[in-house]
Amino acid sequence: MDNIAIELRGIDKSFGPVHANKDINLKVRKGTIHGIIGENGAGKSTLMSILYGFYQADSGEIFVDGKPASIRDPNTAISVGIGMVHQHFMLVENFTVLENVMLGAEDSQILNKGIAKARQELKRLEKEYALEVNPDALIEELPVGLQQRVEILKALYRRADILILDEPTGVLTPAEADHLFRILGQLKAQGKTIILITHKLREIMAITDEVSVMRRGEMVATRTTRETSVEELAELMVGRRVLLRVEKGEASPGDVKLAVEGLTVKDSRGVTMVDDVSFEVRAGEIVGIAGVAGNGQSELLEAIAGIRRATSGTVLLNGRSVDVTGHRDPAELRARGLAHVPEDRHHVGLVLKFEESENAILGYHNDPRYLKGAFLDIDAIRKDAEEKIAKYDIRPPNARLKTANFSGGNQQKIVLAREMERGPDVLIIGQPTRGVDVGAIEFIHKRIIEMRDQGKAVLLVSVELDEIRSLSDRILVMFAGRVVGERSPEATEGELGLLMAGVEGRKEAAE
Amino acid sequence: MDFFHVLVVLLESTIRVSVPLVFAALAGLFTERAGVFDIGLEGKMLGAAFAAGAVAAVTQSVWMGLLAAILISILLSLVHGYASITQRGNQIVSGVAINFIVAGSTVILGEAWFRQGGRTPALAEGARFQTINLPGADAVREVPVLGPIYADLLSGHFLLTYLAFAMVPASWWILYRTRFGLRLRAVGENPGAVDTAGISVIWLRYRAVICCGILCGFAGAYLSLAMTAGFVKGMTAGKGYIALAALIFAKWRPKNVMFACLLFGFLDALAIRLQGTPLPLVGQVPVQLMQALPYILTVILLAGFIGKAIPPKAGGVPYVKER
Ligand SMILES: Nc1ncnc2c1ncn2[C@@H]1O[C@H](COP(=O)(O)OP(=O)(O)OP(=O)(O)O)[C@@H](O)[C@H]1O
Ligand SMILES: [Mg+2]
Repeated sequence: MDNIAIELRGIDKSFGPVHANKDINLKVRKGTIHGIIGENGAGKSTLMSILYGFYQADSGEIFVDGKPASIRDPNTAISVGIGMVHQHFMLVENFTVLENVMLGAEDSQILNKGIAKARQELKRLEKEYALEVNPDALIEELPVGLQQRVEILKALYRRADILILDEPTGVLTPAEADHLFRILGQLKAQGKTIILITHKLREIMAITDEVSVMRRGEMVATRTTRETSVEELAELMVGRRVLLRVEKGEASPGDVKLAVEGLTVKDSRGVTMVDDVSFEVRAGEIVGIAGVAGNGQSELLEAIAGIRRATSGTVLLNGRSVDVTGHRDPAELRARGLAHVPEDRHHVGLVLKFEESENAILGYHNDPRYLKGAFLDIDAIRKDAEEKIAKYDIRPPNARLKTANFSGGNQQKIVLAREMERGPDVLIIGQPTRGVDVGAIEFIHKRIIEMRDQGKAVLLVSVELDEIRSLSDRILVMFAGRVVGERSPEATEGELGLLMAGVEGRKEAAE
Repeated sequence: MDFFHVLVVLLESTIRVSVPLVFAALAGLFTERAGVFDIGLEGKMLGAAFAAGAVAAVTQSVWMGLLAAILISILLSLVHGYASITQRGNQIVSGVAINFIVAGSTVILGEAWFRQGGRTPALAEGARFQTINLPGADAVREVPVLGPIYADLLSGHFLLTYLAFAMVPASWWILYRTRFGLRLRAVGENPGAVDTAGISVIWLRYRAVICCGILCGFAGAYLSLAMTAGFVKGMTAGKGYIALAALIFAKWRPKNVMFACLLFGFLDALAIRLQGTPLPLVGQVPVQLMQALPYILTVILLAGFIGKAIPPKAGGVPYVKER
């Protein structure tokens, strides 16, 4: 019998009315990579946080290396060799990398001695695992990919033998994800045990040895990865068959609804983020913008939505010009038929402390339908929200629940419902399925195609190449702020990948 | 009196009035860097001043007075800590409540115990702090320029004055060079990071709050045992709020805190000096205007001159893991 690194028996946990983990049993073999998948809100993060001592289970037992371990807090988890990279990073942003790594493991009251030691140890880890980061850089100045590296270094610095990674690839570019998987492979070869949570079934198939599936707080199955398939896993997760690739008919493009001409955007430091970009989106077509995160897609989207000032260029919405360089008024754009699903739903799309129904009308609160004289018509608002909840299968179906208490996928649906149900002429969407499970992805993709078939013009930005390829009718690739090429969705992944890396594009632009 | 002499006198009183500000602002620095906002500096200082005055009057010992000041101030800090750390209450409300309770109860208790209209009895020499003459001060007084600076400006202050200014580098060292300081700054920015690093957020914040109590105790004791000989009702007169303004102005950094306090102290000293003396051109300046100057200055400077003051990110927010 193989060694079992971690065994969970009968773990149960509720947050108030939410039963997040129901009597969970799990065995993880030593020296393997064990995947955990499940829909948004299935309870994956909760389970792992219990293992790490961050939350306390209401009941249940934890065994580490066959011995019962009473993990009361992260400190005891660390002492039995467990390390965790959280879904939302636990870093002090205005501290240096070194300070973050040391925090909690300083080994003397006065810092100086510890600093020298930590520096040395960091250098060793850096070499051993190809985890380069400048120890003196401030966290807030690092891109997310490097921030994640710091989280991994934190765990390794504490000599973790069991490493939990909660959705590590959600924020990574494909190249960064590959690098991460190489590191995980190396750790496994050294005999370390890894638990990996991800929504990307391809990653599960590529790197894990075993995979466990959670659904609505329960552990529903564990499979040996070699003996299962993406289809089976998707079905286990959602409890029904899922279409992993949406079906769509031919597009029948009509008039130009959105025309962008020579748009240039600079950020607050004066760095050009969007460089002389021009394109058109017609009624009844989906134009996808592909690119590695950080190549100007976000800024482009924000400039069109009127959230960010452009330095030059013009935008025509429904044939009428929009003042993108001067006075911008997102409310007016909405009135003129533009709907915007922002990339960052937490910061831009939702007020997490509001109840669902309030978020469902955010920005449309002046619509006479929601007003009774000078006051909001609460009944009408709730009724409207309930209709959207039903139509978009938002769970739990409770319009009065605080938005923060919905899982990520359901929060995304709240934003989508609000923007799509307006019946806009032009819909611009950023990262529609970031951090969203396969069941919800299928639903969201179907809705986007429905919008197109109703004759809306759709502009889609996503860092998921698969998503871009399966939804778009035309693909524009952005690199370093410029559109470096246009391809049909039949283009191969390799071809698009080269464009995204800026290899092909330069040639093309030069010609 | 020549200009130089006036300047020395003015700076000397600047140092004198800055001391409670320095203590209180450093006190605020410790809690606020740990993520607990503290508008109750004023109340703690006042409570400490009363305790110092009362105990020193009864025991005739300055040291017992100082000890009482520190204990009372720590006690009030713990009340604030209990409300805002353990009970996760609103930190502003808790701070304001402490200010009100102390303002009222010092008068009631003072009247009940001493029957002098809320004052404590005037302290005899042994029951209050004495100024310290630095070695050789009298000998060098006649040396031009440097003499008066040493003898009148630097020498002749209270022990607590020297302590206050020594606390500035000491606080810096604690915050930036010790494990406690690293953790304290971290918990004010992201308590989640501290928690997942295996450190207790609650205990850490309590320790920060206790540091604040100790420093406010010194500030209060200085008021009633050094600056004056006894407690007078409401004797903090808004110093706790000025200290808070200084803290923001200083962007929560020890060295800047000292300079901000000295600047505000200088304005205060200037206001006292100018009282009743008409200025050339402008005539008599209303004293209220001078007293408002630190606040006006803070608003103006923060609005544009010194850039944004970014408070500790987790400041004012209780740490809640499970919603
Ligand atoms: N700290 C908390 N307080 C209250 N409820 C919580 C808390 N954390 C999670 N929940 C709830 O518990 C349930 C499970 O959440 P959890 O974060 O474990 O899901 P998940 O499987 O990790 O989902 P995702 O894929 O979106 O990350 C959800 O309904 C969530 O709203
Ligand atoms: Mg999660």
